[in-house]
Amino acid sequence: MPDGSLKLRGRVRAVLGDNIDTDIIYPGRYLNITDREKTAEHLFELVYPEIRAGLQPGSFIVAGRNFGCGSSREQAAAALKFAGAGAVIAASFARIFFRNAINLGLAAVVSPEAAVVGHASACQPAARPAMLAAGDELEIDLVAGEIHDLTQDRIFPSAPLDPRAAELLAAGGLIPYLKRKYIDQRRNPCLDTV
Amino acid sequence: MTLAEKILARASGYDRVSPEQIVIARVDLAMSHENADLVRKSFLEIGVGRVWDPSKIVIIFDHRVPAESEKTATTHQAIREFVAAQGIEHFYDVGRGGICHQVLPENGHVRPGMLIVGTDSHTTTHGAFGAFATGIGATEMAGVWTEGTLWFKVPSTLRIEVEGELRPWISAKDLILHLIGRLGAAGADYRAVEFDGPAIRRMSVASRMVLTNLAMEMGAKVAFTPVDEILLDYLRPRVPEKLATIAPDADACYERVIRLDAGEDLAEPVIACPHSVDRVKPLSAVGEVPVHQAVLGSCTNGRLEDLEVAARVVAGRSIHPRTRLIVIPASQQVYREAMRLGYLETLVAAGAIINPPGCGPCVGVHQGILAAGETCVSSTNRNFVGRMGSKDSFVYLASPAVVAASAIAGKLAHPEAIVKEAEPCLTEV
Repeated sequence: MPDGSLKLRGRVRAVLGDNIDTDIIYPGRYLNITDREKTAEHLFELVYPEIRAGLQPGSFIVAGRNFGCGSSREQAAAALKFAGAGAVIAASFARIFFRNAINLGLAAVVSPEAAVVGHASACQPAARPAMLAAGDELEIDLVAGEIHDLTQDRIFPSAPLDPRAAELLAAGGLIPYLKRKYIDQRRNPCLDTV
Repeated sequence: MTLAEKILARASGYDRVSPEQIVIARVDLAMSHENADLVRKSFLEIGVGRVWDPSKIVIIFDHRVPAESEKTATTHQAIREFVAAQGIEHFYDVGRGGICHQVLPENGHVRPGMLIVGTDSHTTTHGAFGAFATGIGATEMAGVWTEGTLWFKVPSTLRIEVEGELRPWISAKDLILHLIGRLGAAGADYRAVEFDGPAIRRMSVASRMVLTNLAMEMGAKVAFTPVDEILLDYLRPRVPEKLATIAPDADACYERVIRLDAGEDLAEPVIACPHSVDRVKPLSAVGEVPVHQAVLGSCTNGRLEDLEVAARVVAGRSIHPRTRLIVIPASQQVYREAMRLGYLETLVAAGAIINPPGCGPCVGVHQGILAAGETCVSSTNRNFVGRMGSKDSFVYLASPAVVAASAIAGKLAHPEAIVKEAEPCLTEV
């Protein structure tokens, strides 16, 4: 996703079940990698290594409830972002993952209507298919709270991004946001007004 | 107001707050472990130069101690240099501390009513000391290092009241695993949890920490046990500052109140089966499971009472030939006490290996990694696919007593089957 965009377009790369934990997204053994771009090499490495290979820039990962549960490791969100994911769409997110994603400028879209509901294991296919299917082309309006599935020609509601999260995503994440607040403005107070 | 509401109101300068409200709160303590290096990098990118208040930052090495690779050694080195340059005094290097969630309260950093954030999901542990304590990511922490504040959505609260008495060999670990099994891995997502009731109020501080630690595994943002005399007795010799007490209001509004009876609802030890913490079954329903590795340790169950019960189970016995028992005291203080009291002697005599205080194999990095096809019974907190090594290994989560009994039996076992006479666990003081 180009930093700052609150409207996304891309294809669904993979549809996963409930409780996709942070060890599945990014194994603990690689936690000493602190170069964010390099984390992408280990995305889903233990269980779904094939996902990363086919991840086109801007494509979407769809999952069920409680995506990103477990550890606070920011590498889970970083690996998704730097492997090219444009957003994760899930029925719900674990709270630390959700905050990490927004802080790194990765959209986390909550939509029980569009994503898998009703399954409880990370390692088996979803019990009933997600409404969104792999390969579907989507247009997402994060502020309006709308997922337009162009392939199925259906529109699903999603939770509209709250203003604080929208502000952070629009800035490209927390680092550029704070940088602008404390550094750039100090240098040039007119920057935000031009 | 509930405990979570009271602390957030105080920290954000409001008289009252209610669930769903967004507040900007002042942080009283910001804790990081090795991922302080990731925080440091984000902080340097922001570029403000100095952290907001070095006296409120605590850094504790625990995930990779001592350094297992040159890469980690370099990370440790970079953090040491940063800590010195920023004047961060509360720094616990290799051999000085142990697991962050044990070291923080042990050294008097945690007080009732504080707002604590940590770059570790099990930061919820500190709710056992009456603190609103929650995990955040590294970049978010860089924001805290910059501003000293953080935004929170005020959570609604689940209240869990536990009556009755735990049966012999049943511990706080069984109680919380039972609850996670009932509520599910997302059962407390985004919510605060208050544990209370006679069974909780009789528990030691160490046992209460097991509840608040594992509440995270049902998604809790924060979890609390009561601030009472047992807690204050623990805190007084450790905390130099004046201690305030804190309790929820009588008319506090709860999303849901769950009541259970520790004796009736928990007839036997429970096990969280692979690969999810909420796949909880009574031990007798799990069947025959041979065990290759048994792990006793972690921020969940590596404290003195955990080592004591394990020592009691293995005393005078030998670990089964197919099984290895790895014991990890949660901190240097726990290590020394366990040595002084002879627990380590007993465990080593039975065939256990003692790891240095730290996270050890729990996070799947070193000191006891599993091969494909291997099964582990562990007193730790997660049994996700590949958590402790191969994606084709299996982790069963259990209480320290069951871990010790299983190490002797070479398979999942009830401590009663090993120690014939029933003895109570040390979960009550």
